[in-house]
Amino acid sequence: MLDHAETADTFPKLLALNAEKRATLPASREKEFGIWQSWTWAEVAAETRQIALGLLSLGFEPEDRVAIIGSNRPHLYWSMVATQMAGGVPVPMYQDAVAEEMVYVLDHAEARFVIAEDQEQVDKVLSVAERLPRLAHILYLNPRGLRNYDHTTLHALSDVQKTGAAAEATHGAALDRRIADAKGADTCVMLYTSGTTGRPKGVVLSHDNILVTARAAAEFDGLEESDSMLAYLPMAWVGDFIFSMGQAYTTGMSVACPESQETMMHDLRELGPSYFFAPPRIFENLLTTVMIRMEDAGAIKKKMFHFFIDHAKAMAEKKKAGEVPSGKEKFLSTLGEILVFGPLKNILGMSRVRVGYTAGEAIGPDLFNFYRSIGINLKQLYGQTEASVFITQHPNDAVELETVGVPTPGVEIKIGDNGEVYYRSPGVFQEYYKNADATTETKDPEGWVATGDAGFIDEGNGQLRILDRAKDVGKLADGKLFAPKYIENKLKFFPNILEAVVFGHDRDSCMAFINIDLNAVGNWAERNNIGYASYQELAQHPKVYEMIGENIRETNRSLAADPMLGHCQITRYLVLHKELDADDGELTRTRKVRRKSIAEKFGDLVDALYDGKDEIYTETEVTYEDGRKGSIKATLKIRNVETFETIGTSDKVAAE
Amino acid sequence: MSHAPVASAADNDADYSAAEEAHGLAARKIGGKMMDIRNITLRFGGVTAIKDVSFDIHEREVRAIIGPNGAGKSSMLNVISGFYHPQDGEVWFRAKKRGALKPHQIAKQGIARTFQNIALFKGMSTLDNIMTGRLTKMKRNMFWQAIWSGPAEREEIEHREAVEKIIDFLEIQAIRKTPVGRLPYGLQKRVELGRALAAEPKLLLLDEPMAGMNVEEKEDMCRFILDVNDEFGTTIALIEHDMGVVMDLADRVVVLDYGQKIGDGTPDEVRNNQAVIDAYLGVSHD
Repeated sequence: MLDHAETADTFPKLLALNAEKRATLPASREKEFGIWQSWTWAEVAAETRQIALGLLSLGFEPEDRVAIIGSNRPHLYWSMVATQMAGGVPVPMYQDAVAEEMVYVLDHAEARFVIAEDQEQVDKVLSVAERLPRLAHILYLNPRGLRNYDHTTLHALSDVQKTGAAAEATHGAALDRRIADAKGADTCVMLYTSGTTGRPKGVVLSHDNILVTARAAAEFDGLEESDSMLAYLPMAWVGDFIFSMGQAYTTGMSVACPESQETMMHDLRELGPSYFFAPPRIFENLLTTVMIRMEDAGAIKKKMFHFFIDHAKAMAEKKKAGEVPSGKEKFLSTLGEILVFGPLKNILGMSRVRVGYTAGEAIGPDLFNFYRSIGINLKQLYGQTEASVFITQHPNDAVELETVGVPTPGVEIKIGDNGEVYYRSPGVFQEYYKNADATTETKDPEGWVATGDAGFIDEGNGQLRILDRAKDVGKLADGKLFAPKYIENKLKFFPNILEAVVFGHDRDSCMAFINIDLNAVGNWAERNNIGYASYQELAQHPKVYEMIGENIRETNRSLAADPMLGHCQITRYLVLHKELDADDGELTRTRKVRRKSIAEKFGDLVDALYDGKDEIYTETEVTYEDGRKGSIKATLKIRNVETFETIGTSDKVAAE
Repeated sequence: MSHAPVASAADNDADYSAAEEAHGLAARKIGGKMMDIRNITLRFGGVTAIKDVSFDIHEREVRAIIGPNGAGKSSMLNVISGFYHPQDGEVWFRAKKRGALKPHQIAKQGIARTFQNIALFKGMSTLDNIMTGRLTKMKRNMFWQAIWSGPAEREEIEHREAVEKIIDFLEIQAIRKTPVGRLPYGLQKRVELGRALAAEPKLLLLDEPMAGMNVEEKEDMCRFILDVNDEFGTTIALIEHDMGVVMDLADRVVVLDYGQKIGDGTPDEVRNNQAVIDAYLGVSHD
């Protein structure tokens, strides 16, 4: 079968192969009207062909770019392959971006077609359509609310499919020719990186990039056609493309789409996928939900839960130290599986997870330990859009907390003189679209790509360890190493803390902004009879400050034991009056903290922290979902935290 | 999209499928008179709630009833729904004069409503609440329902499909199994709309659908009301206090004050009507 697979060097060819080899196996699933609908590979091939023929009927030219905007829907995934069949390039986009952000990508990618999920997306595109002279047609999936729109260049995808089905005779041969002519080196997809700085860049990836990388990683983990996964992360994100498209098409496994974003947890539980990916944030949210529910549970349940979780953690420690558990401990583990871990995994929808990954950001060690100790094979991988995701990943038998694993087969890595990690692989991107300067800056003539992350190879186990973004790693005024993300991750493990931003570069000490988790803190407030009218009021409540202060004190205590970062304990903090939001440019669309923008935007607050003030009045501009702007005024309190004597002295000075 | 393996309930879903097939057509057409209210007078003992009011509602239009507090708006809605019987005047529905009706007869006529104060079964799930809206459509008797096999089961599946379509339409999939009492106010209002829609009404009466909502919830609700009107061709009569909402939504507006009609016309006409301005800004009544 592999021989066959190797000759299929593009997605359309792979689809044809799957339709033949796995005709009756499920390929796509979607929950609609409360029932899981599924399509076999043969059905997917037929549907996709109809879309492709429909596109040709609309005058689709080779090289045309098609923007795909919407949440994870089978039809949108098919549309991407249909675009490739017709000789074009799909450009999936973040559906929660506002029109202003979209217009840049649509214009830069020179999109001639847009395939949107619903009225909301169509409205956004139409509102900027006059600035997009190349845009010829807009297709939509969900007709709801669109009936009275002018349909000269607007089409329902179902209508286009119908036209396509009828156009087999006129366009079928041309389509087959375009499919046959495509090669592995041709552009497969263009993905715009959300970019922590500046304008997004269009990363051009070829079929070879995606398929070779996806295959290597799938073989590494032993993924098979019987595996299943839930596609719920943004389609514009390279990870979704490589998992839900690359690995699904190369292994033949089935990909399910949730009913809506809000029902994702339900759907996950019903589906019980065997392959699961989530950024640390999702794992954090899941844990927070579990912890909130445990707080509300009865005394016996609560006791049982904590007893077995502690037991599991102790066992994990033992296993790591190479000790063999006693008979009693083994018995307790089995009992724990029946009473706590099994049901918990079921609630989380992870009963059947064989391979689980987290990436995108460093995961808090405690968080990571929690999932592994209850028996979920959670591993880390390290990747980038420019690498078609996979750079390193954990092998099943050597999962280390602090590392991100060994290079994926086919990937070479090296550490630069400045501590930055470089890699070279079959997945290395072709270019940044229409941006030759950035391309040469990132990729040298020998094909090495700079990751922008500082790290080193762990001498003990030969795995890669990432410290922080190379540009974020700084030093305190006394020259000692300062790695903000490491501290932030420690803070974020507390369910009360949703997001933290730590400052300290070129300063005497570290200080922090804290974002409370409204779910966790709100629930806590309810249990403690603390009334509040708004997020702001809750955030500034003295009791909340007390609680957050205690969390930071704990963090300091554990930092004190870290030989490398003991001096990075937090001395002062404030709780922010608004949730950090991508719409306000404080987070990226993948929800990473935009350190620089935050430092600039909240400059007055940073100054107040370091000036030693007790409180500060501030006004902040906010953007609502529909793009309107408003402002929030608040007086924020600033508090000090106790720090601890560091254990073991640190003489590690930041690499310059 | 229509991949559902469940057999379609031909007659029950006629409106839905017709609406679905018709998609892609030009602007919706407002038809002829659906309801004609002629010289209605309603008295509660010595209090005259409505005095000699006449107006009409056309097929597929959005008709708003506005007026200051105590103007008789809710009473008017109750007359339309058939809950109150006016002492004088006639109600003509689809070219037939309507006599005194029992509630189930009204429901069978194709009139459904939501309430100013939410009237849902708090302990039941969203799904079950909307399912109650299908009651008038259920054909099997209690015997079959109790046995719950064969025809009754098939019927239940058909109704469930219709309810799922409404859940999808109102985007409340995530709360399908949540007890309604645990939902925030705005969502409860949406569930109530769902229950009214479940009866597949020809005429939908909404009593202050946006009361107590924040801006975002109001915008959502506006969109749903317009979409109901648009997708299913449902005629809508609504009472609302938020003038912005009324001016945006309504095709025509009737204005009541102290039980009398003081204005009737398009939002623009009503806005410029001196009597209406006086009623709202307040002038002394001689």
